[in-house]
Amino acid sequence: MTPVTSSLRERRRAMLALPLAALLAVGGGYLVTARAAPKERVIKLTVKRFEYSQKEIVLKRGQPVVIEITSLDVPHGFSVPDFNARADVVLPGKVTRVRFTPDRDGTFAYLCDIFCGTGHEQLEGHFVVRG
Amino acid sequence: MGMDRRQFMRLAGIGGVVFASGLPGWARAQGYGTSADEFFFVQLSDLHWGFSDAKVNPDFDGTLKKAIVAVNALSEQPDFVVFTGDLTHNTDDPRERRRRLGQVKEMAAALKVKNLKFMPGEHDAALDNGKAFEEFFGKTYYAFDHKGVHFIALDNVSDPAAALGEEQLRWLAADLAARDRKAPIVVFAHRPLFDLLPQWDWATRDGAKAIDLLMPFANPTVFYGHIHQENHHTTGHIAHHSAKSLMFPLPAPLSQPKRAPLPWDPSEPYRGLGFREVELEQKGVKVAIQELPVVKPGAA
Repeated sequence: MTPVTSSLRERRRAMLALPLAALLAVGGGYLVTARAAPKERVIKLTVKRFEYSQKEIVLKRGQPVVIEITSLDVPHGFSVPDFNARADVVLPGKVTRVRFTPDRDGTFAYLCDIFCGTGHEQLEGHFVVRG
Repeated sequence: MGMDRRQFMRLAGIGGVVFASGLPGWARAQGYGTSADEFFFVQLSDLHWGFSDAKVNPDFDGTLKKAIVAVNALSEQPDFVVFTGDLTHNTDDPRERRRRLGQVKEMAAALKVKNLKFMPGEHDAALDNGKAFEEFFGKTYYAFDHKGVHFIALDNVSDPAAALGEEQLRWLAADLAARDRKAPIVVFAHRPLFDLLPQWDWATRDGAKAIDLLMPFANPTVFYGHIHQENHHTTGHIAHHSAKSLMFPLPAPLSQPKRAPLPWDPSEPYRGLGFREVELEQKGVKVAIQELPVVKPGAA
């Protein structure tokens, strides 16, 4: 059995190694979590035919967000293709959560990808991501 | 200077596919007559019958009729005509939807060629899962054979989430299972099967699964609509060709902030609208595409 010894130096080394181990184990998306992760920001959104309650949402680069979205009428979609984030469906009266971390500056569309009627193609908004 | 088909193929840069734009009858005018294993069909797409914004298309109730006249005026008639979806413009009213679908069917009956293949688009089918479409035109996905070529019409619109679904994918897998891997296969779909531009909803959620099923075959070609413009793309060795609309053109991917219809240009009416001939040679191994206008330039 390996003896369990942990000098201060070893413990420091282990703490420093943890983020790297996490990165290697599960990918870069968790690196931020392993370090002092920025607090997840909650953004509440509603959708109805044919508009989201916010057309433009400003996000901070690197800060995780969770979009809590509810439909006010029929099933809708919510997709952020640039961050590979998507709800299967946004149902009336039910909160659907979509999580992602914007990792680059720019303007990125979100849109309904569940056909909801004549104005479906105009049901969209965008995130503005800044550092 | 004349240009023979071989030169066109080199210019196109995609093996086995010819692109050309011009006036009806190009292929036959060039002396490429049809032999027993060569034939052509016509693709009409995105008719959006019922759309009525005169600022976008002041001839909203005449463009489809003109296209039908143009097809009937071809020097040779196609073996069949396929309508790749969005026959009608969406309406929330189920009765109005049926009225529009019925009108399209009635107008299409004026085509000289009687072998017509209809497919739904999301405007026809997404709000009732294809129910009204099926009442007028039958199944939303199906397969048929014609002169040695296997054709498959897929439905990626009746599910409002724009997915083919597991049931249809199982059907597709079974349809393909028994086929020779070298057999020519032509696939019709309304939406692109690949991720052309998900930011504009130009994709199919599980389209990659259909492409995976087609990948082992030597000669699959996909014709689709939805994006209201000509677009040519390959996924591996599979070519995907989108068709123009018969109501309004949409902008090239990301060429403008929004996917709003391109404005009508009075100096060039019907610009960006049209239909296409697709000629299949060597039992579908070679594909020649000819884009045709609704109205000959200068004749509007």
